[in-house]
Amino acid sequence: MSIATLRTSYLAASLASVSRSMLKQQVPIKSQYAATNSPPPPEGFMPGVANSKFIRNTHHEALRNPELAGVANGETKKMNTFQAINDAMSIALATDDTACVFGEDVAFGGVFRCTMGLAEMFGRDRVFNTPLSEQGIAGFGIGMAAMGSTAIAEIQFADYIFPAFDQLVNEAAKYRYRSGGEFDVGGLCIRTPCGAVGHGGHYHSQSPEAYFAHTPGLKVVIPRSPIQAKGLLLASVRDRNPVIFMEPKILYRAAVEMVPVGDYELPLGKAEILTQGKDLTVVGWGAQLYVLENAIQLAQKKMPGLSVELIDLRSILPWDVETVCNSVNKTGRLLIAHEAPKTQGFAAEIATTVMERCFLRLEAPIQRLCSYDTPFPLIFEKFHVPDMIRCAEGIERAMKF
Amino acid sequence: MLSSKRISLAKVAARAFITPVTVRTFASSSIARNVNITLHKASFETYNCDTPSLEVNISKEELVKMYHSMVIMRRMEMASDALYKAKLIRGFCHLCTGQEAVAVGMETALTPDDKIITAYRCHGFTYMRGASITSILAELLGRKAGISAGKGGSMHMFTPNFFGGNGIVGAQVPLGAGIAFAQKYLGHNASTFALYGDGASNQGQVFEAYNMAKLWDLPCVFVCENNRYGMGTSASRSSANTSYFKRGDYIPGVKVNGMDVLAVHQACAYAKEWTTSGKGPLLLEMETYRYGGHSMSDPGTTYRTREEIQHMRSNNDPITGLKQRLLELNVVSEDELKAIDKNARAEVDKAVEESKASPEPELKAFWEQVYKKEAGIPFLRGREPEETHHF
Repeated sequence: MSIATLRTSYLAASLASVSRSMLKQQVPIKSQYAATNSPPPPEGFMPGVANSKFIRNTHHEALRNPELAGVANGETKKMNTFQAINDAMSIALATDDTACVFGEDVAFGGVFRCTMGLAEMFGRDRVFNTPLSEQGIAGFGIGMAAMGSTAIAEIQFADYIFPAFDQLVNEAAKYRYRSGGEFDVGGLCIRTPCGAVGHGGHYHSQSPEAYFAHTPGLKVVIPRSPIQAKGLLLASVRDRNPVIFMEPKILYRAAVEMVPVGDYELPLGKAEILTQGKDLTVVGWGAQLYVLENAIQLAQKKMPGLSVELIDLRSILPWDVETVCNSVNKTGRLLIAHEAPKTQGFAAEIATTVMERCFLRLEAPIQRLCSYDTPFPLIFEKFHVPDMIRCAEGIERAMKF
Repeated sequence: MLSSKRISLAKVAARAFITPVTVRTFASSSIARNVNITLHKASFETYNCDTPSLEVNISKEELVKMYHSMVIMRRMEMASDALYKAKLIRGFCHLCTGQEAVAVGMETALTPDDKIITAYRCHGFTYMRGASITSILAELLGRKAGISAGKGGSMHMFTPNFFGGNGIVGAQVPLGAGIAFAQKYLGHNASTFALYGDGASNQGQVFEAYNMAKLWDLPCVFVCENNRYGMGTSASRSSANTSYFKRGDYIPGVKVNGMDVLAVHQACAYAKEWTTSGKGPLLLEMETYRYGGHSMSDPGTTYRTREEIQHMRSNNDPITGLKQRLLELNVVSEDELKAIDKNARAEVDKAVEESKASPEPELKAFWEQVYKKEAGIPFLRGREPEETHHF
């Protein structure tokens, strides 16, 4: 029962000194289990995302990013993540006559409203509903892309992608290789909502990125915010390789950014350093980054002056070995956190590579903060995922080794 | 293919372990207590088989029980709806309001030896297969008294002869073929009813299951609950052939008026007889209708008209339909029906309170049942090394 024991030192620290926004996020999380009769907060489980300092709330903040140089003189517009994804698909359809968007219920906007209005704007022959057949959707998209067209397919939840696993792993990933370059499915992009959402249970919460990361030929991308989602999705659609674009569903409505309205792409296979630091490298992606942001703040309350380099990996496959290893060579310490279970999660790959390349620089064991090795639970979700306190403890362990 | 020795041994084993079949009609089955009902000619449409009999001989008690079950089911789903809107039930929840006749008519035609497996719209079947209302509502609430100990929620409900409650569209259908194979292999004189929706009927594995079932003549009844919409897409926009009862090709099929509990009962009895007499699998298409949305987050009115829903409610409601029959046949009085309604409401209300009073499951349930307890798995890794759970 050690897990249920409140980590008093950290809880006290968090209650005493953490900013209001963090309190708002964390208190419901800790009290969720104890208060059986109180419903979860209606605004969801990650209200703090909106207050994150990685969210670009203003036009100038948004455009300060050198990766957005191409649209630096353009307009920006308030969008949350699902709107940014919608905008990206709208641009993809407008700039590529061969592009089609399809999936279960996408013509009505999809369950998360990401495709809202696209059928009306581009026609029902380009934005259409498919039957409930994931293997068919993937195979159909592969065939379409093999003809040179752009296929943007939606698998309604990442948990439903497994019937399509064979098509993606055996057909999509290997088409170029096994045809000696005659055919490829570069135009294929599979979008799928992933990750914990507070109440998703066994089949609406999983993060299967590591399964696909084991497949040469595929690319796997996970965005963290509206600006990132738009640029990475456009790049994924246009990349000449099949891309699995996993959208953390808890972020769809979690925060609004000023998103450039123009056409821009963000690089695949390139991590982004969110904060520069010299003592510890922390790597995450998707929604976990906001947990890490809070964990770092919490750890800094206890260890004043702690300087952490936080890296958003963005692409899981191929992943940015250079950026991570350069950072670890600088800091000598590494913590990786993700929502998927620990055993064989993607943190294992990162840790091994860093061990190979930075062995003599490491000053502490690499910390992996991942979910438990259990099926994704319903009622025990908060015990399953690597929360702020666990991540803060990981930071402390790395620093005090 | 199967050695006779094996079968006979299995039969002996089955006799030893399977509980005796309970009598499903009430105590007396004398002729006087039975009524004869002739179903409407349009109740069935067939494909490569005879029409099930339109003459139903059924006891009055059974009829009243059917009514009671359907009323309970509807009340239970209404209670779930309210609990969801009160944010006590969270996440994914699919209600079967409007489709009660399928679960009830099927159960009354089966014995406990028969097996059922269905998709995520499973609350009604779970109730009919012996679960208490409290255990269903408590599961929805994620409480300890839940039928899966509160670990799964809406889509994850099971009883000993009900294999769930399955969340992935179409995934349960080949399982149904496997269950039926085991029944045949073990020499059980029983069938498996594998249910799926019109949406799932387009999953490739459904056709893989058809093929295996016919190839090995398995006692499997494939039941397509056609409620006209796979999530938000109407059958005609998802399926090249909407005659789901004909989609087994080499498997005969029957289309059934799934809003009439007696037609469902009759068709399921027919299907049980067909499959247990060695003729192989059979397809049933239950034409039914869900009044609500696909799930709680779908209002259910963006892809169909309110008029359509109202029309189905006022002209085809399974509960109203049976009620009229009961009154016409003088099986019960209006007052007696009202009493049933009132009691059902009280029964469900009580179950709501009981389930709300149940605590959340103990934390140890989090690690249990990932592997078999005796499997020699010493620990499960946690989020950080010191959290590793040791069994």
